[in-house]
Amino acid sequence: MSTITEIAFEEPVTPDEQDAPPGVGVYALAWRRLRHNRVAMFFGFVFLLIVVLCLLAPVYSADVAHIAPDTEVTGPINLGHGKILYAINTVGVPIGPTWSISHFFLGADVNGRDIAVRLLYGGRNSIEIGTVAMLITMIFGTMLGMIAGYFRGWLDQLISRVMDVIWAYPAVLLGITLGTVINIQGFLFLHSTTLLSTAFVVGFVYIPYIVRPVRAQVLGLREREFVDAARQQGLSSFRIMFGELLPNLSSTIVVFVPLMLANAIILEAALDYLGAGVQPPTPAWGNMIQEGLNQFPGGFHAVIIPGLALVLTVMSVNIFGDGVRDALDPRSRAAVRQAKD
Amino acid sequence: MTRFIARRMITMVALLFVISLVTFVLFVVALPGGNPAAMIAGRLANPAEVHLISVRYGFDKPIWVQYIRTMGNIFTGRAYSYQQGFNVLQEIKAGLPATLSLAFGAGIFWLLASIALGTLAAVRAGKYTDRVLTVLSMVGVSLPPFYLGALIIYFVGFKLNILPLGGYVGLSNPGEWFKHLIAPWFTLSVLFIGFYSRVLRSSILDAMGEDYVRTARAKGLSERRVLVLHVLRLSLLPILSLWGLDIAQVIGGGAILTESVYSLHGVGFLAYEAIGNFDTVTLLCIVMLTALAVVMFSALIDIIYAYLDPRIRLG
Repeated sequence: MSTITEIAFEEPVTPDEQDAPPGVGVYALAWRRLRHNRVAMFFGFVFLLIVVLCLLAPVYSADVAHIAPDTEVTGPINLGHGKILYAINTVGVPIGPTWSISHFFLGADVNGRDIAVRLLYGGRNSIEIGTVAMLITMIFGTMLGMIAGYFRGWLDQLISRVMDVIWAYPAVLLGITLGTVINIQGFLFLHSTTLLSTAFVVGFVYIPYIVRPVRAQVLGLREREFVDAARQQGLSSFRIMFGELLPNLSSTIVVFVPLMLANAIILEAALDYLGAGVQPPTPAWGNMIQEGLNQFPGGFHAVIIPGLALVLTVMSVNIFGDGVRDALDPRSRAAVRQAKD
Repeated sequence: MTRFIARRMITMVALLFVISLVTFVLFVVALPGGNPAAMIAGRLANPAEVHLISVRYGFDKPIWVQYIRTMGNIFTGRAYSYQQGFNVLQEIKAGLPATLSLAFGAGIFWLLASIALGTLAAVRAGKYTDRVLTVLSMVGVSLPPFYLGALIIYFVGFKLNILPLGGYVGLSNPGEWFKHLIAPWFTLSVLFIGFYSRVLRSSILDAMGEDYVRTARAKGLSERRVLVLHVLRLSLLPILSLWGLDIAQVIGGGAILTESVYSLHGVGFLAYEAIGNFDTVTLLCIVMLTALAVVMFSALIDIIYAYLDPRIRLG
């Protein structure tokens, strides 16, 4: 198996790369390719924008909308000039988007809460959980994969079989089982009121998805000369794994980061939707959709809006991640070029 | 070939045993079912009665005795839910028609659609069609089934009133059966089509660079024959193994989101309810069913693999 570095230099030269000084690193080259992928850059920017907006949730809540995410407005709101606004009408249907930035911009939910405020807070929770879950998956997945691939033998058998068992469960089924258990009786430091619980559940479910490719790559890498050389020098297994193998795995890991982030955000929303994730009244996109569906078909905007935010976020991460993969793995681009010939 | 199949069967049984054991230990230790004896005895029972039931059902025995007893009950069809009182296997049997209809309908649809779209994208690689398909597949993999389902139910079912709002109608009424399943099939398939068509596209592009394809072209085969006879035959393998695992999980109740948003009372819905009730026995049975389906389908796919690519049989 050849490393990314070698492939990168075998790449047919494009005008841009002709100017590159010899010995430019893998990531510098990848960044150069990524920068020219306008679609990927655009969606990367969209994701960044969503993150910033969600982080500004407290500012919007306190200084623009003047309403907390849990405040339930049941009475009339006096807008001045003799205009009065009801968040919920007489038959209990919440108002849709007012498109007025200072009150109920995106309408109210069935409890009379401001959807725009909850959307930002919920997004903050969903993205935070997704990020932590992704980090858990990546860290544990990489470590277990490296251990299994490097030591082989019974350790590899043990890890691989455990991963097979996790793999055989449908992700959602495993997720709601663990999520329900933790929500009801808690596990170590995890209980229903911390967002960390959901992050751990989601992170755990996806570990085999990282262990397999990492293990496969380490199995190839460990037979190479530079690992032999390190072993001859008397480096400890720990040093070889982290000093020699990990840098060679980095591009694989980088490719998986956005992919796993997207998966984590989706699974988190699914768990919320099924009641095994973030518990109301704490907002998250998944439980906002679920609460909106509770009074189907009235007030359907309470379903559409958080769902759109969820889809847009996940899609941005996916498209950006696809661009990252194309940039780091030029073989796919080379293949496209070949097919065009 | 017989020996290959026999070896697969033995591995299959061993894996099933391990999965059942791990699941049992996990569920009995982790699921907060409370004291199952107290649950059977009911609210008004005194401690002596609870103890009696606990002895009769064997909850006081070591965990491995309980395991053997539970597995025995499952295999002889006498597994009862402590919480809900029903016979679990009969409940699963009642849910299977809906789940199997969903799984096979959607499975065939997403496999054919992804082969068509993936091949099209690969043939037109780098061109406009390819770019549009790439964006579409990205949208597809980003659409959670419960959201897509809710949108379809609201706009197509409620507003336009074309499709029913959910539920399952048995095959004895084929027209209604089809009408009730068309939206679930589509919803479940979208995610898979997005993912599979990308995988197929890149494996076709990989194969096009191979020497045997150049040889096929060089001997004057038409582009269509090269594609169908040489490229697709091998490029389909990774898709097939994904398909085996995914459809097995759907049969084992993996389509919880689709089943719950459309109120299809299948195995996935049963699993969802069981988790809400901390119903260990039901969950255990469903997980076993999933494991059985996964193991059977992966064995089946292995055999198909060996048939399509004789090199694998020797390994």
